[in-house]
Amino acid sequence: MLWETVRLAFGAIMRNALRSFLTVLGVIIGVGAVIAMVTVGQGSTSQVESDVSKLGTNLLMIRPGQAGQGPGSPGGAYAQSLTLKDADAIEEQIYSVRAAAPSTARSMTAVFGNENYTTSVAGTDNRFLIARDWQISDGRQFYESELRSGAASCILGATVVKELFGNYNPVGETIRLKQISCRVIGTLEAKGASSFGSDEDDRILMPVRAFQRRIAGNQDVSIIFVAVHSGASTEKAKGEIERLMRERRRIAPGEDDDFSVMDMKQISSMLTGISTVLTGLLSAVAAVSLLVGGIGIMNIMLVSVTERTREIGIRLAIGATERQVLVQFLVEAIVLSLIGGFLGILLGLGLALIGARWLSVPFQPDPSIIALAFLFSALVGILFGFFPARRAARMDPIEALRYQ
Amino acid sequence: MTSEAPAREAAGARAGPPLIVLEGVTKIYGAGQAAVHALRGIDLEVERGEFVAIMGPSGSGKSTAMNILGCLDAPTSGYYRFDGHEVGKLTRDQRALLRRNFLGFVFQGYNLLARTSALDNVELPLIYQGIRGAQRRQLALDALARVGLGGRETHDPSELSGGQQQRVAIARAIVGKPEVVLADEPTGNLDTVTSREIMDLLSELNREDGVTILMVTHEPDMAEYAHRIVNFVDGRVESDRPNAHRVA
Ligand SMILES: Nc1ncnc2c1ncn2[C@@H]1O[C@H](COP(=O)(O)OP(=O)(O)O)[C@@H](O)[C@H]1O
Ligand SMILES: [Mg+2]
Repeated sequence: MLWETVRLAFGAIMRNALRSFLTVLGVIIGVGAVIAMVTVGQGSTSQVESDVSKLGTNLLMIRPGQAGQGPGSPGGAYAQSLTLKDADAIEEQIYSVRAAAPSTARSMTAVFGNENYTTSVAGTDNRFLIARDWQISDGRQFYESELRSGAASCILGATVVKELFGNYNPVGETIRLKQISCRVIGTLEAKGASSFGSDEDDRILMPVRAFQRRIAGNQDVSIIFVAVHSGASTEKAKGEIERLMRERRRIAPGEDDDFSVMDMKQISSMLTGISTVLTGLLSAVAAVSLLVGGIGIMNIMLVSVTERTREIGIRLAIGATERQVLVQFLVEAIVLSLIGGFLGILLGLGLALIGARWLSVPFQPDPSIIALAFLFSALVGILFGFFPARRAARMDPIEALRYQ
Repeated sequence: MTSEAPAREAAGARAGPPLIVLEGVTKIYGAGQAAVHALRGIDLEVERGEFVAIMGPSGSGKSTAMNILGCLDAPTSGYYRFDGHEVGKLTRDQRALLRRNFLGFVFQGYNLLARTSALDNVELPLIYQGIRGAQRRQLALDALARVGLGGRETHDPSELSGGQQQRVAIARAIVGKPEVVLADEPTGNLDTVTSREIMDLLSELNREDGVTILMVTHEPDMAEYAHRIVNFVDGRVESDRPNAHRVA
């Protein structure tokens, strides 16, 4: 009997194919949007996680400002900056630390000949290469003398090399950063693109003193990358660094830290947190559109019930019970919104595929979300189909037959 | 009542209580000043296998009576017993079941489902009876063949003439093997030739299948097909006589 009813509902829907399609458009768009958002969101989350895990498990990052605040957040900006001496102290005084690299960066345009390219220029030293586990591809690292004197020499990331020099080897050439002429002494090996379009190879390294004096105009260090010896506990190193930094920054006992030491787990959750919040917000918007879609179904079902008053009268006269008419219209609403849900899932997966390609994140459709979307569209059908169905079922057969 | 005896015999009725009994049935639409007394006390008995024509001027309450007989409407007062059961005491669903299993309807305006094939229209009552698949299809095909529409099964109502549509409606009315077919002006929209074809069909069903038929008509020519002619005037039975000039 149920299968029969479903078949009949299908027939009724197909008799009015265009109107049925327009009716479920809301559900199609709602479900499609939810699926697309969630799929792309999950893809980017897993991309971030895999990128972060590539950084290595023994990396810590120290930044001014309290934990949990993103780069450039107020707490970060007002907190007292880090210093070169902080990095030295961490490396010297904490036994399990292999390297502590100070870094301070700024977005600048690099010029070579007719080519110019805007990239991130970081003032740092050779410890950066150790901490971030990076190899020199051509040329060499900074000499100690260059680091001490603050000479304007630089090491280029693979993307910068490609943009400014093409296939030509840049080592020995001179590029310009603002008014500074900067000799290229080496290039970094390519790491490959990273998430959110942030390209790890899109950077220039120069001696931190040269950067502070000639570009930043201050002694600030915005981040210290710390590599812990393999085998040593990052948890323990983190605690030791926190104690040392509190001491160095004269933070009284009981007062909160005005800096943060993040391990990879925290960095990962901070970065994925952004995409999770975004996914959640957009999904909420999409869910609202699903609700609107449901109301659309109710509206059309009500019109349909009125339009088919005569049909209902005939069915009642022939011997349909109240329940059978109710079930018929309810099933019709459910089938309708399931069709919408199905089309919406196809649309959503299509959009997610395009979106994933575009953002270069993995396309990983989540079966549980798809099942949920299907369930939800059935629910929309039940919820918004019930009222019109009940109205149909309770009609007076004679009134219904007399209806023109 | 004794005057009905010959008609009953002609219909080959069995002994036992009449199939249909109306006793002092009234129907009042509205209330107070605006009240319309559609039926003012109808007494009527119909035996199994009878073919009864109900005639009377427009507004005399024929359709109202048919609706009550069809368990689509309830009388304001009086009793309606179908096969010994007091219809007024039945629930809405019980009345639906009574219609489903014992009654078939034929309307003046055919009342077929639009954009639905003749076969699907005829299968409809069987769906509600819970008959499935091939058996249902076969019963519907048989009913269509019975009314002379073999070969038109896939046609939509819009592709059929008025007479053919009324045949589909009759097939739908009889497919569930009802005890009674109620037809309210079944030839009202048809020309004389087609009307006679429909009447021949109804007579045949009555004669061969023993279906009890109650038919409203305002055309004396069509009433001549019945065993018995009941005349309504102003909500009352004015005359109830056996039909002496019955068309065979
Ligand atoms: N639903 C209704 N509401 C009010 N009055 C009605 C209704 N149905 C029928 N009537 C009135 O009841 C009377 C009998 O109607 P009806 O049974 O349709 O007559 P007939 O079929 O003999 O022409 C008429 O006066 C008609 O106007
Ligand atoms: Mg009438």
